[in-house]
Amino acid sequence: MKENPYRPFPAKITGIKAETDCEFTLTVAASVAMTPGQFFQVSLPKIGEAPISISGFGPDWIQFTVRAVGRLTNALQELRTGENLFIRGPYGTGFPLDTFRGSNLAIVAGGSGTAPVRPLIRGALDGSLPVRSLRVIAGFKSKESLLFANEFDEWRTKGEVLVTIDKPQEGWDGPTGLVTEHIRAMKLDDPADVQFVVVGPPVMMKFAVAEVLLLGVPEDNIWVSFERLMSCGLGKCGHCKIDSAYICLDGPVFRFSRAAGLID
Amino acid sequence: MSSFSFSLEEFSRVFDALGELYALSGPKRFPGKGRFSGTDLVKYAPLVSFDELELDEKSSMSPKSLVFPPDETTFYFNGDEFTEAPLEDERETVVFLRPCDINGFRRLDAIFLENGGTKDPYYLRRREKLHFFMIECATSFENCFCVSMGSNVAGEYAVALRFGQDSVLVQVKDERFAGLFASGAPSEFTPEFVRENARTVEVPDVDEMPPELFLHPLWDEYDARCIACGRCNTSCVTCTCFSTRDIFYADSRRSGERRRVWDGCHLDGFTDMAGGHSFRKKKGERMRFKTFHKIYDFKKRFGYNMCVGCGRCDDVCPEYISFAECINKVAAALKGGDAK
Ligand SMILES: Cc1cc2nc3c(=O)[nH]c(=O)nc-3n(C[C@H](O)[C@H](O)[C@H](O)COP(=O)(O)OP(=O)(O)OC[C@H]3O[C@@H](n4cnc5c(N)ncnc54)[C@H](O)[C@@H]3O)c2cc1C
Ligand code: SF4
Ligand code: SF4
Ligand code: FES
Repeated sequence: MKENPYRPFPAKITGIKAETDCEFTLTVAASVAMTPGQFFQVSLPKIGEAPISISGFGPDWIQFTVRAVGRLTNALQELRTGENLFIRGPYGTGFPLDTFRGSNLAIVAGGSGTAPVRPLIRGALDGSLPVRSLRVIAGFKSKESLLFANEFDEWRTKGEVLVTIDKPQEGWDGPTGLVTEHIRAMKLDDPADVQFVVVGPPVMMKFAVAEVLLLGVPEDNIWVSFERLMSCGLGKCGHCKIDSAYICLDGPVFRFSRAAGLID
Repeated sequence: MSSFSFSLEEFSRVFDALGELYALSGPKRFPGKGRFSGTDLVKYAPLVSFDELELDEKSSMSPKSLVFPPDETTFYFNGDEFTEAPLEDERETVVFLRPCDINGFRRLDAIFLENGGTKDPYYLRRREKLHFFMIECATSFENCFCVSMGSNVAGEYAVALRFGQDSVLVQVKDERFAGLFASGAPSEFTPEFVRENARTVEVPDVDEMPPELFLHPLWDEYDARCIACGRCNTSCVTCTCFSTRDIFYADSRRSGERRRVWDGCHLDGFTDMAGGHSFRKKKGERMRFKTFHKIYDFKKRFGYNMCVGCGRCDDVCPEYISFAECINKVAAALKGGDAK
């Protein structure tokens, strides 16, 4: 076979960082062009393959932040620096960087949803994604489940960053409550002049978007990222289809005005 | 293009000659293997002689397995090495099939060769070797509704055949087969197509399905009736969904293979995600998902409907759920009529 889009390439693990007891960030060596919001099909031979978002990248490296929940992701947690990850991609439509460039960018992320939006924040920090203003609301279950906790102070140098945990907890003096409450409390000078990104578990996205709409942000300015079971990333296996949209091709990032019409 | 006439014996000899050069596949009867005791199973299988070609009954399984096998190895693993699984049979294949199935292959091509702009190499390597020998339908079978779906007529065939009581008429379109049939008596034969079926469906023609139709009570009856066996998916010539599975061999954890296996939107687990989240838990929602794909959303993407009206899903459903009837219910509901 001349071209086999299913054949992954080996990417050497150059760094592993534990985020929580079941989440970790792998850095692999690979020189591939990509856009924040896209994903790779990550696999280990004999174990399996799964879609994982890009949580960071540079000219010759990619990061994946993984939650160990099953066969493959548990096995990924066992890997050591120097071993190979097998990846193919990037796949999907990422965030619309041209629209975000120079915008007032607001990002709401819930739990593992912070992984795909992190490259946007890093882009705003390093100047590759210049924005007029940046606001981030990141929600986690508890202080033990924070992702990228060591970066929050750095994020704050670029914008307003609010990190909240669901319920008050000993040893936590930061904000508490669901992201929805914090969205409701946002003051936007001109809601029509904000690009709003909402990424997280399905239920969180549903209620968070409802709050964002109440702020007066137009549907066209809201961007969501969908997660569905995927087996190919190429528009062939059918698992990710909703209506006529293939999440792996036409998403995972969608403008809310389009996403709202997609009924599973 | 030229046409010929053969006696059954003459054709049988041509068939043998064809079998020397090509792998032959067609509907074949397996006595006693049917769904109910005492019934036969008709499915696509390799053919050794002309008399194995089943012409009196519709195959309950489609010919799609020729290009999309139910369980296909994509890679072999040795340690960390990925080796592409070779094609076991390198021969060109002649498949005897009916117009609806030829149109079905067009739909398979849309997904495997066009969608997303990538060509699926495992599909392509089999598809390239396939030559369509179209069996003319004199009359339609039970549950066929190809006319309503506009897939009763097919033009993309190498050879068309009319099987009569004591003769076989052949039209050769693809010159590569001209030599094989040259021994026949010249004929004027051109294939005819079925122009009406006992079953008719009214195919809804809407650009956007109204959201009410997704939640319409017409889907509720399938919640209880459908048992999620997935037979409608496996028998369908246009269902293309699959899952990927890795295995390792018991005797050596170093080696194993990656496979892709048929999956289907009626089956449990089709949308299960990490964290226990899944979509379309109810069978009625799955029926709605399949129905809209077959007669609505595929068309939005590709410009023509996916379903070709072969009726196999109705033939095989153990719960006697009629997909054709379901399409009519959708059409009625769209008109605001009583969909029950
Ligand atoms: C676009 C996209 C981006 C993603 N990005 C990330 C990311 O950045 N980080 C991340 O960690 N994850 C991400 N995911 C999710 C990730 O793909 C899944 O967590 C992964 O597929 C799990 O694979 P696994 O082999 O580890 O789990 P599996 O062993 O396949 O199991 C996963 C879950 O599926 C269910 N399940 C599977 N099989 C069965 C069964 N037989 N019976 C019952 N339940 C079952 C269970 O709920 C189980 O927890 C993303 C998904 C998508 C679609
Ligand atoms: S064949 Fe019938 S019972 Fe089985 S999944 Fe399809 S509709 Fe449901
Ligand atoms: S949905 Fe039913 S009638 Fe339509 S192509 Fe598939 S099996 Fe045939
Ligand atoms: S992941 Fe296979 S079609 Fe989208």
